[in-house]
Formats: sequence, structure tokens, C-alpha cells
Amino acid sequence: MGKNNPMIHLEHVSVTYSNGHEALHDISLTLSAGRICGLVGMNGAGKSTLFKSMMGFVKPSRGTIHILGKPIRHALKKNMISYVPQSEDVDWDFPVLVEDVVMMGRYGHMNFLRIPSKEDHEHVRTALERVNMQDYAKRQIGELSGGQKKRVFVARALAQKSQLMFLDEPFTGVDIKTEEMLIALFRTLAQEGQLILVSTHNLGSVPHFCDDAVIINTRLIAQGPIEEVFISEHLEAAFGGKLRQVQLGGYDLHDDEDTRSINVFSDDEHPLVLYGEQGQKKIVNKREDASS
Amino acid sequence: MMDLLIEPFTYSYMQNAIWTCMLVGGVCAFLSCFLILKGWSLMGDALSHSIIPGVALAYLLALPYAIGAFFAGILAAGSMALLRRQTKLREDVVMGMVFTTFFAAGLLMVSVNPTAVNLQAMILGNILAITNEDLQQVIWISAICILCLLLMWKNLKAVFFDEVHARSIGLPVTALQVLFFTLLSGATVAALQTVGACLVIAMVVTPGATAYLLTDRFGRMIIISIVCGVLTSGLGAYTSYYLNTPPGGMIVTLQTLIFLAAFIIAPKHGFIASSMQRRRA
Repeated sequence: MGKNNPMIHLEHVSVTYSNGHEALHDISLTLSAGRICGLVGMNGAGKSTLFKSMMGFVKPSRGTIHILGKPIRHALKKNMISYVPQSEDVDWDFPVLVEDVVMMGRYGHMNFLRIPSKEDHEHVRTALERVNMQDYAKRQIGELSGGQKKRVFVARALAQKSQLMFLDEPFTGVDIKTEEMLIALFRTLAQEGQLILVSTHNLGSVPHFCDDAVIINTRLIAQGPIEEVFISEHLEAAFGGKLRQVQLGGYDLHDDEDTRSINVFSDDEHPLVLYGEQGQKKIVNKREDASS
Repeated sequence: MMDLLIEPFTYSYMQNAIWTCMLVGGVCAFLSCFLILKGWSLMGDALSHSIIPGVALAYLLALPYAIGAFFAGILAAGSMALLRRQTKLREDVVMGMVFTTFFAAGLLMVSVNPTAVNLQAMILGNILAITNEDLQQVIWISAICILCLLLMWKNLKAVFFDEVHARSIGLPVTALQVLFFTLLSGATVAALQTVGACLVIAMVVTPGATAYLLTDRFGRMIIISIVCGVLTSGLGAYTSYYLNTPPGGMIVTLQTLIFLAAFIIAPKHGFIASSMQRRRA
């Protein structure tokens, strides 16, 4: 945490909405560049509020947020943050072609009238190629499949040339091929020095592609490298009784005095399987369909 | 024959009417492209009715009517927002209540003081009887609207398509939304003079809806919509000379006819194309 370049720094951030509901309570954390970080929590745990406050939509009632040492407003002006929305939040009937959507990622780099230069067109083309959507440039966005739709919005984020990419539930309604492709792309982007922050309630996929995790349930439950934070204790604190949890241990699992046990966590999507002493340390099975 | 066809152009009041209608029709058509994509269409209707008391009051005080309309529009939008936040009433209920209340207040004011403004002209619009000062106001409002839209349409598109993304690239989202509603109120005031309060809604919905059926690109949608708005408005004003009617009815009828044509023959989203697609599938 904060080993090399601290990218986002939150200090004692609390968010209380005008109806009195406290969505985040006293969250302090530091995320560094060059990592893929999973933001994990139940629905309603404050994941989207945390996203919104990191993008300056929601003003914290207490605490401060800095991006590369500067206030958020400054980061937005410099095009430092790109955002990939949840599929439900997009109007798919809007009359725009795939290339128009990706071009909107360039708006922040253009002049006042938003007239694209040769360079902007070039960025759009390479962004589409990176997600393998160049053949669909002239399609209306509503005509695409779930995975293709997601790739278009990732291309828009790529075209923006940001240093931070926020993705809201990127694997919902997406085919396995796209999921694998996006994960490979995130790895490359992280190696190029970006910070990729992915919010998800899909526990099983987190150890598969994230370097770090932030687990929240209104309060910060744990933050750090996946091996350290993804343990039963934290997940129970985050998900409480909302998860199906199956523990196999002792004589159910072994015919000797082995004390290790298998813990299966499932929110009816990809199950998370933990294996080891009290099911806490080592992650055995990351994803059962990862090889397909 | 030729003489008969150019006859309307020999009268300066007809020339004024035709040009003004085309101008206002173009502005409304431009705005309609945005309005129909957000499910805010009825907002145009609500606004056009809500500004009546403002206009009446402005005439009474001998102020430019645009000022009265503007404040009444803001007051209406503000009371809708307030009711919406403080109660759990649905948006359509709030809208329906507020705009009829404003409209009723306008009717009352005009009936109590009939000399203030010609009620029929306001509800049905009568560009043929427009005074020179009013004409100038319409032209000014339209020119400002067009200028703002030409400069801002791409920013507005980004905001209408994806607010979160718009903010992430540093666009002032709230300011742009306020700008849009200000332009919409302005265009509504201008259209009040040409087609009247009842038909404003058609001017700010139909051309955009027609263009939406004909293209999948926002830029082209705007062009098609404007062409459609300008032509129908000009032609409507022109033919109303022969029919001896206020141009409003004619303009909106023409717009609906073009919409129907698009609905049937549009290459991709039209009735024929989609039923052929269904047969093939």
C-alpha cells in the first residue's frame, strides 16, 4: 500500500446524504499506481458512493480526497480519471455510433468546439483496436452484444489517456471471452503505470485478476494486497449473513488429523473458494472456469 | 398562376411571418433533438403553459414579454423541483399540477385585464399580427439560442449521453443543464408567438422524433431535424395565407405528415423496414 506512487489518498472520509443516511464512515486509504484494485462490498455498502466521491460527484461531509496530491477538481480538468459505467446506466437507444462514443473520450483533449484532430481520430482507432472492436466502428451502440458494449466503453476510457480507470461492475452481463480479454488489458494498463479500480460484488473473480483489494461495509474493513485481505474474517465482516458460506473441514475433508478446511463463499455467482488453516491463508481455486 | 404563388411575398407582414416562423422552427427543431432523448418532452409542454402569466404580467407593466416569460418559467421549474423534493408525489403529478396552476393564473390575469394581451393570440399564436417590437424579441431570442447551440451542442450531447463521463472529462454538467433549460424556455417564448402555447410541444418534439427514425448519428439527426423544422414552418406560414388561418395548425400538421412518412419508409427504423426484417428473421 502506497509502496511506490500514491495515486489516490483518502483521509477520514465520511459521506452523509441529505436524508441523514451515512453511506461512508471515516474511510482512510491510499491506492498506488500500477496496480489493479478490487473494491469489494455488498450492494448498499457504499461502493458507488466511494466511486462518486473519488470522482467529485459527492462531497464528503468530513475528510479529504487527493489524487496525485491534488484536489479532485484539478484531476478532472487534467483528464486524469476515466470511467466505465455499469451497463444499466447507459441509454443504448441514443443515436451514436461506436466511434462517436469513443471520440467522446477525447473531448477533454480537444478545443472549445470539440472538433477532432487527426491525432484524436488516431487515438480512437487504436483504442478500438486494443479492445478488438475496430470492425464495429460504424455500428449503433444498441446493436452490440453485452460484451461488445462493455468493450466500447473501455475503449472510450482508453482514448481518454487517463492515469486512473474506474470500472463499475465491469463483468456483469459480459461473456467469458470479453472478461478474459479485459483482464489481460487491465494487466497491461497496470504495467503501463495506470491504476485500475474495479468495483464488484462478484467475489470469486477478485483473486483472479486483482493485485489489491479494498473491502468496505460503510466502514473500511480491510485494504491491501489480495493475499492479506481476502480472508474469511474480513469477508464475513463485509457480507455478514448475505453470503452462502460452506465450510468443509476435519473428517469431512481429510482422513487424518489435518486441520485445514475449505471455505466456499457464494453470492450465487462465481463462488470464492478458500483452502488452508481455518480456511484463511492460501487461495487454492481462483476460478473454476478460468482456463476456458 | 405565378402571380398567385408569389402573392404572399408581396406583403411585408407575410414575408416577416414566413422568415420568423422558419427561424423559430429551426431553433425548436435543434432543441427537440436533445429533449426527446431524455424523456423530458412534456417539460416543453409544461414550460409553454407556465410562462403565460409571466407574459401577461409583462404586458401589463409594459416590459419586454421575454423577461416575464423567463421569470415565470424559472418560478414554475423551481416550484416543480421543490414539490418533488418535499413530497413523494410522482414527477408527472407535480408537472401536471404546477403547469395547469400557472396556466390558470395566466387565464385569470388576461380575463381580468383583457386589454393587456390578446389571449387568443397567445394560446393559438398569430405571427401575422405580431408587432415590430415582439418580432425583434423573437429574432434576438432565436439568434442567441442558435449561437449557444452551435457552440455547445457537442458538450450538451456528452452531458445528455453520460453525465458521469461528462463530469470526468471536466465538463460543467449542472451549468450545461441549466443552459439547456434556459434555451428551451427562450425557444418556447419565441414559439408562443408563432404557433401558440398549445402547439409549442409539437415544435420541440416532432422534428427531433422524425429525425431519430431516420439516422443513428446525432450530428445528422440535428441536421435532418432542423431542415424538417425550417421547411415545415416556412411552408406552413406560406400556405396559411391562402387558407386564411393562423399558421400554427398548418405548421404542426405538416410536421406530423413528415413524421408519418418517416415512420412508414425510414430505411432502418421505419414500419416497412422493420416488418420486412421480421419476415426475414
